[in-house]
Amino acid sequence: RGSSSSRSEAKSGRTDLIFLIRFRHCCLLRNQRCLLAYLYDRLLRIRALRWEYGSVLPNTIQFHMSAEEVEWFNRYKKSLATYMRSVGGEEGLDLTQDIKPPKSLYIEVRCLRDYGEFEIDDGTTVLLKKNSQHFLPRWKCEQLIRQGVLEHILS
Amino acid sequence: MFEAYFPVGPGLGLEENFLSLDDILMSQEKLPGRAESALPRLAFALGQGAGTGDSIPEGSKLEIPLWLAKGLHDSKRRIISVELPKIYKEAWRTVFSADANVVDLHKMGPYYYGFGSQLLNFDNPENPEIAQTILQTFISRFRRIMDSSQNAYNEDTSALVARLDELERALFQAGQKGLNDFQCWEKGQASQITASSLVQNYGKRKFTDMDG
Repeated sequence: RGSSSSRSEAKSGRTDLIFLIRFRHCCLLRNQRCLLAYLYDRLLRIRALRWEYGSVLPNTIQFHMSAEEVEWFNRYKKSLATYMRSVGGEEGLDLTQDIKPPKSLYIEVRCLRDYGEFEIDDGTTVLLKKNSQHFLPRWKCEQLIRQGVLEHILS
Repeated sequence: MFEAYFPVGPGLGLEENFLSLDDILMSQEKLPGRAESALPRLAFALGQGAGTGDSIPEGSKLEIPLWLAKGLHDSKRRIISVELPKIYKEAWRTVFSADANVVDLHKMGPYYYGFGSQLLNFDNPENPEIAQTILQTFISRFRRIMDSSQNAYNEDTSALVARLDELERALFQAGQKGLNDFQCWEKGQASQITASSLVQNYGKRKFTDMDG
C-alpha cells in the first residue's frame, strides 16, 4: 500500500482518495521543512564559528560536520578573506579581530590548559603551561582567548 | 556577550517563517477539528483506529496539528473543518479583557500569540475579535515584562517567566541581555575578551555518542 497505488486508484475513479494523497503530500512537505530548517540552523552555527572561534575548527567539531558543511565553511572562509583583503588599504583589515574595543596594546593573560610553546613577534617564545600568567601583545592572544586556551585578566 | 549566531526568528502576523525552528514547534500544536467527510485509511495516522485500513467516519472530532490543518483546510470545507481552541473563544476572551496579567500564558499552549495569529488564516467570523484580544493582551502585559526584565539583575528569574508565553520569554531575555551588557560595561568588563560561548558549550558535551 504505497502512494502509487492510491494515485492509480484515484485516477481510476476513487475520488475520495484524493484527499489521502493530499494528506501524504502535507506530511512530505512537513518533513522537508523540518530537514531544511535543521540543516540551515547548522549552517548558521558553522558560520558563527568562523567569527567566534577562528579559521581552523577543532577536530571534535569537524568530526560532526558533513563533507558538504566542511566545503561550505571553507568557501565562506575564502569569501570573507577576499572581502577583508579588499578593504582597509594595502594589508586589508581583519574584521574578526578587536571585536571588543581594545584598551591597551598588551594584556595580562592566564593559561587555562597546557598549550606548549608560543612564539611572539620579536622571536622569543613563551611556554604556555596551565595556570601560568603572562603579559602579552593583545593581537597575538585574541584568538587563543576565544578558543578557551587563555583567560583575559583585567587589572 | 559577542554572538555571531542569529537563528531564524518566528514570523509575525499571518505568515510563518519557513526556516524558523520556533515556528516549526509552534505549528506542531494541535487544534480541534471535525471530519467533513468519511476519511478512508486515515484512522491509524490520526490516532483513532487500530487497523491500517480503518477509516474515520464523517463528523468525528479530531485533534490535528496546525501544519496539517493548514494543509488540509480549504474554504469549502470538503475534508476537515477547524474550530477555535477554547482560549481563543468568547468565554476566555472576556477573561483576557478583564485582566490579562493574571493569566498563565505558558500553560495555555506556550505559543499564545504565534498560534493565535496563525488561526486568523482560517476564515472564521470571530477573527476580528480574536485579533483584537491578542493585541490587547499583549499591550496590557508588555509593561510588566519590560519592567521586570530591566530590574532583575543576577537573580533567579524562573518565577517571573513561568507564566509567560514563548514570545514574551524572548522579549524578557532581550531585556535581560541589555541589562547584563550594561552592567558589564559599567564594571569596566566590556573590553575583556571572552571565550567563544559556542566552544564552551561544545567542550561540556562529551560526545559520548562517538562510540555508539
